[in-house]
Formats: sequence, structure tokens, C-alpha cells
Amino acid sequence: MKAADVPQDDSVLEGLRRACYAEDSEGRYVVVPSRGWEVERVVNEHANKALREALAETHKAVVAGRLSTLAYHMVRCQMDVRLLAANVGLYRWQVRRHLKPRIFSSLRSDMIHRYARALGTTSDELARLPVSHT
Amino acid sequence: MNTTTALRPFPHQHSGHCESGTISALLRDRHLDLSEPMWFGIGSGIFFLHTALIKVGGLPLTSYRVAPLAIVRKASQRLGIVMRYEHFRDPKRARQRLDVLLDQGVSVGLQTCVYWLPYFPTEMRFQFNGHNLVAFARNESGFWLSDPVFEHVVCCPPDALQRARFAKGAFAPRGLLYYPESIPAIPDIPKAIRSGLRSTCRQMLDIPLLPAGVRGIRALARRIGQWPGQLGPSRARSYVTQIVRMQEEIGTGGAGFRFLFAAFLREAADHIERSLLSDLSKEMTAIGDQWRQFALIGAHICKGSRPDPDAYQELADLLYKLAAREETLFQTLKKTL
Repeated sequence: MKAADVPQDDSVLEGLRRACYAEDSEGRYVVVPSRGWEVERVVNEHANKALREALAETHKAVVAGRLSTLAYHMVRCQMDVRLLAANVGLYRWQVRRHLKPRIFSSLRSDMIHRYARALGTTSDELARLPVSHT
Repeated sequence: MNTTTALRPFPHQHSGHCESGTISALLRDRHLDLSEPMWFGIGSGIFFLHTALIKVGGLPLTSYRVAPLAIVRKASQRLGIVMRYEHFRDPKRARQRLDVLLDQGVSVGLQTCVYWLPYFPTEMRFQFNGHNLVAFARNESGFWLSDPVFEHVVCCPPDALQRARFAKGAFAPRGLLYYPESIPAIPDIPKAIRSGLRSTCRQMLDIPLLPAGVRGIRALARRIGQWPGQLGPSRARSYVTQIVRMQEEIGTGGAGFRFLFAAFLREAADHIERSLLSDLSKEMTAIGDQWRQFALIGAHICKGSRPDPDAYQELADLLYKLAAREETLFQTLKKTL
């Protein structure tokens, strides 16, 4: 790719630029900062859309009382049961139990605190859904 | 936190890839100035692997490079640099160790999870534990990082960095920090280049049993045409999208590291005085351009503007061509070494 051909499409980089390698007019390789490529935007959007849809599904299930708020925050952090279990230091079957609303609401506060830390939130936040769900 | 003194200067350089950028910056800070492509090439970074045996977010793993940290380990070894790697069980001690090193003015490489780094754009924050960066100072605002894929140095709050260093899951960093302990006065660069090229040829041509390297590209070509029928349109689309993301969206310097490798060949030609390497660099560039065509068609499939099975067949044809071209290139390279 020639330096002049490095795409400068507005992309997912929020104004940041990414380093691309391309040839200058003398055929030397140089770093060319790029604002992004349309292709990147398309595939990134696809991935983020899948994440948003999964989160919306979970939100519905929590509102319907099928899952605990822990499930929502787990999915919000792009985690599954395996990853969350690894992050809090529990077995997967334990985390799976805690995804049930009844069992979650009976958890001791230190356990809630451990989950809150692993999910980068507070114990209070963990026990409810955010006001504005996107 | 300690001081309000001015930050020490750091030779930050905007890089295509995090790992080659990190090791390049760490050594530049210690007056061994080698470009990012040189580190990438000497560390034999280029690769191809696509396997459904390992899933990432429910999708088959695709990688255009070798396993995390392999570039740092191999490149430093080949240049005769002794690196020190420290893992930690206890986050507190990891934090203390980082503080001590930074206060001594020692810049260190860190392995982190992208998701917890607040200076990344939201849409780019994914659970991925293999992100490398340099920490070079700290003050009351936080830790000062030279993240190679960013244009400028960034500041990161201590809690966020701590979290990023101790994320769990695949490739968990376990607080890893690393830095060079001893650097030879005059590293034998031509020897390191040859050794890097030899092992690059091996991993692209000769890995037995696994569909890796050139054979991996061919294996994917055989399969990709069948995806719409086998997986249904929606899942096939996600599979293709994931491949394109690994090639273009994640820091690869473009075309799944192919341009980075071409840049290395070009520079290596001067070091070991083989004009053939310059020719191969041109061919690698052309191959990279073709990989970008692959990404372009992939993006059309992703958008839904090419729902026809022909699009998948076009991808397959491109992959066959790419496999053949890369095979010829690495075979030629192997013969000249």
C-alpha cells in the first residue's frame, strides 16, 4: 500500500489515529497515522451490535425475574460464567447459582462486594439495573 | 503518591502492533534504537492460524501472528538481550514492585487486559488479555504509559491499571512486568535477522499436523466456501467478520501484519546485504494489498450487501491465491538463508 492510499475514513477511533505501515514515494516503509478504514468500522459495528443485543436480552430476562442483576453486569462487562468465575475466584457452578434472583438476593454482603470489584462497580450498583439502559 | 516533578521524557513511538512496539520502546529507552518492524521480524511475528478448536467469544480463533509474548522472548534472545519477567500472585506486591521500578527510572513492559484501560475508545474495549504497553513514570495523576498503538503517551488511574494487570481468563497476565537486564554493547543484528527469518519460514511452511501457516490459509480456503450452507447466513457472516477484525481492526499495522513484515524485509535487506530481500519485500506488500481485498469483500458480506454465495467463493479463491503466493515467498526466502 502507498502512503497516499492509507484510508482516512471516520471510524471507531473517536478521533484517535492508528499506525499503518505503507510505502512512501521512494518505496521506503513509513508509519502513516490513519483515522480509520470503512472496513474496520463495519466489522467493529457488527461485533459491538452483537454485544448490545446480548445485553438487551439479559436486561429483559432480569426485568422478567428470570435472572439476577448479576447476570446483567456480567454481560455488560463482556464476561461469561467461566470468565466471571475466574475473576472472582469461584467455581462456575457457584456463579451459575448466583445468576438466579432468589439466590443472589440472599448472598452475604462480602460476596456481593467481591462480585462488584470484579465487575468494576459498587455493591449498590450491582444489585440493580442502571437507570438508562442502552 | 510521591512527587509533582516534571515527567521524565520517554521516546514514545506510534506503532502498528502493541508487542513489537513495546519491546522496541523499552530498548530505545536504553539506547538500542531498532525500528518496530525489525523487532517484529527478528521475533518471527508473522503467522497464520484459523481453528474452530479454540473459540473466542463463540467464534473460531483466527490469528495473523504468533502467541502472545513470543515476539518479545524470541527477539530479545536472538539479539543477546537478557530479559527479566516477573509474575505476581499478590496484586499489592505487583503494584509495589512497579512503583519501586518506576521511581528508580526503570521503564517496564506490562501485559494488560484492554477492557479495563479507560483511555481506549469505548467501542474498542474488548476482553483481551494480551495487550502490551510500557509504564515509564508515575505521579499524582496516575501512571504514565507509552501505549505503542496510541499516538501520544497516556495517563492511567492506578485502580484501572491494577485491574488490567490482574484480569483473569485466557492469557491472564498475572501482573506480568518485564524489562531488559543486560544488553550487549554491540548486538549481532545480521545474525539475529537470519535466525528470525529461518524460524519465520519454519512456522509458515513446516509446522506438522496443525493447519497453521500457509497450510492454514489453504485449509480456511477449503472451508470458507461451505460456510453459508453449513452454518446458515447469519453465523457464516459472523465467522467472516471475526477474521476481518483480526486482520484489520486489532493493531496489525494493516493487512494482518503483512505490511509490518514487508517493512522488516526492506530494512533487513540493508543489514544483511541481500537485494533479494528487497524484492521479497515488494512481493509481500502486494500480498498485503491482496489481503486487504479479502477484508473488503468480507466487509461487504458483513454489511449484508453481498449475501450471495458467490461472495464466499470469491473469498475462497483469494485465499488460495494468497496461500500460493506466501508459499512461494517463504520457500524462496528459505533457500537464500
